[in-house]
Amino acid sequence: MAQSTVLMSQQDEATPTVRHARWQDYFQLLKPRVMSLVVFTALTGLLAARTPIHPLLGAVAVLCVAIGAGASGALNMWYDADIDAKMRRTRGRPVPAGLVKGEEAATLGVVLSLLSVMLMGMAINWLAAGLLAFTIVFYAVVYTMWLKRWTAQNIVIGGLAGALPPAIGWAAATGHAPLNAWLMVLIIFLWTPPHFWALSLYISTDYAKAGVPMLPVVKGAKETRKQVLLYSLVLIPVCIAPVFTGLGGWLYLAVSGLGGLVFLILAWRVFASNAGDAADPRAADRDLYEVKDEASAADAKDSRKALAGGARNARNLFAFSILYLFALFAALLAEAVLGLKVLELPL
Amino acid sequence: MTRRKDLDPAEKARSGRNIALGLGLAAFVVLVFVVTVVKLGGNVGPHF
Repeated sequence: MAQSTVLMSQQDEATPTVRHARWQDYFQLLKPRVMSLVVFTALTGLLAARTPIHPLLGAVAVLCVAIGAGASGALNMWYDADIDAKMRRTRGRPVPAGLVKGEEAATLGVVLSLLSVMLMGMAINWLAAGLLAFTIVFYAVVYTMWLKRWTAQNIVIGGLAGALPPAIGWAAATGHAPLNAWLMVLIIFLWTPPHFWALSLYISTDYAKAGVPMLPVVKGAKETRKQVLLYSLVLIPVCIAPVFTGLGGWLYLAVSGLGGLVFLILAWRVFASNAGDAADPRAADRDLYEVKDEASAADAKDSRKALAGGARNARNLFAFSILYLFALFAALLAEAVLGLKVLELPL
Repeated sequence: MTRRKDLDPAEKARSGRNIALGLGLAAFVVLVFVVTVVKLGGNVGPHF
């Protein structure tokens, strides 16, 4: 391992502060926060299958998914270092910060990818290993190297990589992946666009600076707000669908129904607001935000207030979307662990 | 032998990385061993 160092402060050039790469910096390459959500959804898939599996093998399956997710994160951080360096949210990551060399991140990613897929195949089964390999390649190659810099639909299609872990968990437990496993995948797949677009509405200047064609950058804030609402309208019925397919029970129905209602209200508020307009040159009343003379100062103040409200709406939806997905999978997990009866309501 | 607290920051950071790598590899070896025992467990028993 190379001794990567970084100049943390150059204010006092005589005694610059040098920080040396620690093991924690390499761990950060694995995107631990993303990994935790992936682990949670994979574990839910594994237990929602309601098929007995040796606890140690179940733990190994989840560990493999975690390592595979971490590997994709490291490959993403290697390839996207140039983009990450331009964005406030990501410029502190180990590679753009100069703590870890890009080649080291890439090597870590490749080694962990091979390790996780081989271990999954040999210890669990090759269907789960194949799905894990597909997920890693889809995220690191299809999304990171291709979609992200090419199309505004990057997170829609790329979202498949983040959606697959429940199917991997289910396949690990049973050796196959039936409709209900793919329904869990579909929930995360449809959840991703409103979740990410809500975030991109209030950090689109960062994406524009980095040249990433996120929807607000390419099509504008208004179109993004419309898409957020449309995807939310499709998402919520799909989230409730498991009670018709024998996957979710009464607890799941309550969580998906009530949470879905709140989700739709928040999505509507984003749609009706001017979230993202501050950074969008297409916004019709954008000139109102700039004070040209004293007479327009009051208008500008009102507009800024509305703008702050819009950004707050986008933040609220972003935060609630995480809570909603967590609650949905927690409900499925609780029902599986407690052995609660699933519903198969007639349509 | 130099004690860890006597090392300069660069050496301390490298030592930390090496320990983490060593622990990771040891954990992997243990994991493969335990998984092998669990996978073979059901089939080995009847032969004795």
